[in-house]
Amino acid sequence: MTRKVPAREIQNKVKKLFFKANIMMRPDIKKALEKAYAKERSVRSRYMLKILLDNAEIAKKEKLPLCQDTGLAVIFVEMGCDVRVTGGGIMEALNRGVEEAYTEYNFRKSVVMDPVSREYRNTNTPAVAHLNIVKGSGLRITVMPKGFGSENKSRIMMLDPVQIGDAVTDFCVETVKLAGADACPPYVLGVGVGGTMDLCALLAKKALLKPLAKSGAGGNSLKLGKRILKQVNSLGIGVMGLGGECTALGVNIEMAPTHIAGCPVAVALSCHSLRSASGMV
Amino acid sequence: MKKITAPLTGKQIRSLKAGELVFLSGIIYTARDQAHLRLKRDIGKNRKTPLDLKGQVIYYCGPTPSGKRAIGSCGPTTSGRMDGSTPQMLEAGVRGLIGKGRRSEPVRKAIKKHGAVYFLAPAGAGAYISGCVIDSRAVAYEELGPEAVYRLEVRDLPLIVGIDYGGKDLYSRSI
Ligand code: SF4
Repeated sequence: MTRKVPAREIQNKVKKLFFKANIMMRPDIKKALEKAYAKERSVRSRYMLKILLDNAEIAKKEKLPLCQDTGLAVIFVEMGCDVRVTGGGIMEALNRGVEEAYTEYNFRKSVVMDPVSREYRNTNTPAVAHLNIVKGSGLRITVMPKGFGSENKSRIMMLDPVQIGDAVTDFCVETVKLAGADACPPYVLGVGVGGTMDLCALLAKKALLKPLAKSGAGGNSLKLGKRILKQVNSLGIGVMGLGGECTALGVNIEMAPTHIAGCPVAVALSCHSLRSASGMV
Repeated sequence: MKKITAPLTGKQIRSLKAGELVFLSGIIYTARDQAHLRLKRDIGKNRKTPLDLKGQVIYYCGPTPSGKRAIGSCGPTTSGRMDGSTPQMLEAGVRGLIGKGRRSEPVRKAIKKHGAVYFLAPAGAGAYISGCVIDSRAVAYEELGPEAVYRLEVRDLPLIVGIDYGGKDLYSRSI
């Protein structure tokens, strides 16, 4: 049975979700920051963690974005094959929803149309949209305003499958080390392993959408996640780079089958301001 | 916590030690990537810059639109991207820098040479910092949108001294 969904409904949903994502701190992130605050001993780091928790309260109360970098708009759509979008195309609807949200709610529009000449565009579009066709007649939209301080420190590498050993762990730890204090630690690592180069990067991004596990390590490989988290947190970067054990709040890993000759690994690095929201249309 | 006022006096700058927490009040100017390129070009050609940089404090920040408030969210952006222009900015008289993250060795040396100071602002706390800004207005490059130069009046903005006038870098110890 075909289910008709007006494009306008998709647009409205996108708008609502970007509002939520930019203004309300994700509950899992809040919990992780509260836990870090309770554990932290350094006066300076405690002070900064307290500011981050207060920041979340102020954002919610004043309807202000948690961070001024309200990001490049990344959208994941899971559309049932029985859905038919009416009254317009889906991409158009997604972009309109982004532009409306960023204009109406006073979010920062950070998109330049030409990456080389840096021509500025005052719409924050186009969004980076990933469309996935699934069974049924559901339509799920997940948005992620992705800040670029941490996006800039994300990395991908094609590892040698013959010498895999600790290479995945080492690559993740090295990525955080290179980011150092610059990209608003404590971080969250979305790790993709396997697939092709492009799929691997996507897996890493998607891993950031999963709520953080209590232990901090989640996704396809808990053992690997725990090891990465432990090593990252012994780097001594800490909150805002001030030192200490709180360098990352969590690691989520997504794996996929890959080729006999390869093992891609990607880290989508997120700052503590990891923002996303999801809902059905 | 120590309270300081911008523009900073030499005496105030010399009293600050890397790692120290301070509250900053007074007048500061935002400038990020594109504004830095333009200012650097003007300085290089000996042209007058659209704002007098002498003694001023520059904040690496691209705020969200203000709406009904003095300013929207306005946390710091990554300072490292401004490293290539910072020695010239200091040469032109800038005495205070506010941002997040590490600085290059040439920047650290230039800070020492000019007796300036680099502060770290609470990173990723744009809504919180918005509450420390009493007034804001665009003073240059308005066409750059969030990358325009804004003159901000701030009250009790919490900062950590990242690199002090003696060139001591907080991050050289922890990383
Ligand atoms: S890295 Fe994250 S928290 Fe930091 S300024 Fe960018 S978006 Fe905001």
